[in-house]
Amino acid sequence: MKAKNQRLTLLLLALGASLGAALLAMSALRDQAAYFYAPADIARKGVPVDRAVRIGGMVKDKSIVRAADGITIDFVVGDETPATIPVRFTGIAPDLFKENSGVVAEGKFRPDGRFVATEILAKHDENYMPPQLAGDKHKSGTLK
Amino acid sequence: MIAELGLAALWIAATLSLMQLAFGGFALRADGEALLRTVRPVAVAQAVLVGIAFLCLILVFLRTDLSVALVASNSHSAKPFVYKFAGVWGNHEGSMLLWVTVLAIAGAAVALFERKLPQRTLIATLAAQAAIGLGFYAFLLFASNPFERLSPAPVQGNGLNPLLQDPGLAFHPPTLYFGYVGISIAFSFAVGALITRDVGANFARAMRPWVLAAWIFLTLGITAGSYWAYYELGWGGWWFWDPVENASLMPWLAATALLHSVTVLATRDALRAWTVMLAVVAFSMSMVGTFLVRSGILTSVHSFAVDPQRGFFILILLSLYIGGALMLFGLRVGTVREGATFEPVSREGALVANNLLLSTILGIVLVGTLYPLGVEAVTGEKLSVGPPYFNSAAGPVALALVAVMAAGPLARWRKDKAKAVLSRIAVPVLIAALALLGLMLFAPGLRILPLLGIVLAVGAGAASVAPLWKRNLRRTPLFTYGMVVAHLGIAVCLAGMASESAFTKETLVAATPGQTASVGPYQIRFDAVDPIAGPNWTANEATLTARRGSGAPFVMRPQSRMFSAPPTETSEAAIATRLDGQLYTVLGKSDEQGRWQLRLWWKPFVTLIWLGGSMIALGGLLSLIGRVRRGRREVAE
Repeated sequence: MKAKNQRLTLLLLALGASLGAALLAMSALRDQAAYFYAPADIARKGVPVDRAVRIGGMVKDKSIVRAADGITIDFVVGDETPATIPVRFTGIAPDLFKENSGVVAEGKFRPDGRFVATEILAKHDENYMPPQLAGDKHKSGTLK
Repeated sequence: MIAELGLAALWIAATLSLMQLAFGGFALRADGEALLRTVRPVAVAQAVLVGIAFLCLILVFLRTDLSVALVASNSHSAKPFVYKFAGVWGNHEGSMLLWVTVLAIAGAAVALFERKLPQRTLIATLAAQAAIGLGFYAFLLFASNPFERLSPAPVQGNGLNPLLQDPGLAFHPPTLYFGYVGISIAFSFAVGALITRDVGANFARAMRPWVLAAWIFLTLGITAGSYWAYYELGWGGWWFWDPVENASLMPWLAATALLHSVTVLATRDALRAWTVMLAVVAFSMSMVGTFLVRSGILTSVHSFAVDPQRGFFILILLSLYIGGALMLFGLRVGTVREGATFEPVSREGALVANNLLLSTILGIVLVGTLYPLGVEAVTGEKLSVGPPYFNSAAGPVALALVAVMAAGPLARWRKDKAKAVLSRIAVPVLIAALALLGLMLFAPGLRILPLLGIVLAVGAGAASVAPLWKRNLRRTPLFTYGMVVAHLGIAVCLAGMASESAFTKETLVAATPGQTASVGPYQIRFDAVDPIAGPNWTANEATLTARRGSGAPFVMRPQSRMFSAPPTETSEAAIATRLDGQLYTVLGKSDEQGRWQLRLWWKPFVTLIWLGGSMIALGGLLSLIGRVRRGRREVAE
């Protein structure tokens, strides 16, 4: 093969690979990207069933209920609107998970509207605020 | 005084980098021999001065000089010594100073030790390195001054994020930076060679040891970071596809591709333009990573402060350097002649496949990392892209890459026959088939990726030692051993990942002292929880007695720690390492009935992941030593 042709072949291969990567990535993203919902979004758009999503908001005062098994908790997430999301989580909640504090949870909605969290995202320290939540609170002007 | 000295040293270093760039530029233009000779000493002096600045910052931290704003907001007089020291880079400004220090040291190392590169190309390389440095000096001095004073000085500092208060902080960031920023050398080499139109086999031979060195550090840094996250976070995971992790993985993927293409260029003088392109891409990925981590657009333990001005600054630097290098590439690529040709079935062919697959994975990771940012910028909609995406998109490509890695070293340079390659790899394929059969019989119902992962790891492990087969082991060059060890490391690492994903057992219970739980082959008795105290924290410590079958019982003590400054809780997992895996225990919270949450994992062969990672780095080191030695001999002759 002549050098020029070989260079062209390699260039086409490289283009093909990056195109393939982009296509593969895009199709996987459509299935796998987890969208973020605040309680108000759920109230407005309805419940996205059977899809990995993230929800975020404030844990409502006196809403944390521990189940008899000692590892399952139920709580309610709210935001500045009256909308709320009931959440169930089985596992060890992060250290700074508490009532009247911000939370972001990952999981799926059940058809009845309850959110089953597979993970509660850890807040790393007192100053840490999940960016989604910080953004929302900046908007509503409640961030101290 | 020390802070002012540091700031002055930093300004002088910045001026020196401007001189390095200007002298280098003029020397190349006017062909002034006198100026050519000044560039090397200036590069060394610049590194010395920025080193002094860095030492000053260390001193300020060790003395907990609270009149320095950075110390006040990130340190505390009650902090243990090692974290006062390592805390220097546990914050935005300090870590950027480390970044620039590594950049300058890398440049000085080239100025001192590079002997193969023609002088004009070397000067162009040093000028390019200075150009990068200049932008980041500006960033430090104008947007992230680490030596800023605070008046009046506070009585006490804010302390360091407790997650960072771990010996890992002393090791992981500097190692990672030496790799991450060290790869700038490849970038500068590429720019230098494009400027002097000097892309060829000699250029590749000169560049290879530098790429190898940076790549070794990067590999070690990522491996260490993965293990640190694994034991410190208490989540039992070793890789989270966190954007910050991806920011370190992307330069590694590009550098790995570069390492292989530079071998083709050095050995066979093929893939000229492609290799130069990869060198540009590799450091571009480092800068993209720096932008993602340091701009504050991501929130993680790595991004210390949110300041839009800083993000904008880095974004401008990034566009300037990447854009500039790509433009130079576009202008000069026509002058890079085509290299030698080769047949599809050949060592070169396999290395091209390696490069294409690595680039594909890089593309997938890049898209997944940037997509949420892009979507939010365009539509305002928030979303996250996590492990399901990365595993399902990048996993299959990575497995294909391992298959190519197994076969590639068994193909001859230039031209080979498919049949011949197949016959050389027949034994490893047979071993892999036996592994598949064994897994289907004894561990039915495995998911497809872990199953293929284990099978491929076994086959690739066997194939990676095949290049030594029937060779005189004493006369085999050291760099061949390097390749064998690194490839074996990949197989070992893959085996660990697949085993962890396929066989991990997890138990989550709420238990009162005296109760017993089981996980995998272990029986674990929960004995007690006691309060204990450390230098700047208090903790609840559980006492667990674990026992495997009728073996000797042993005690594990996971803790839940409360730090005083800043007030934060962390959980310290207790991990018992055995030959065939790790037992990983975490203490959770207590409830009103006096029960404590316990999370227990048995992770068979999980340690292979980091063993493999270390082997990959060791393989790189062997290659580096082998290459440098041979290079010396060639120069001597």
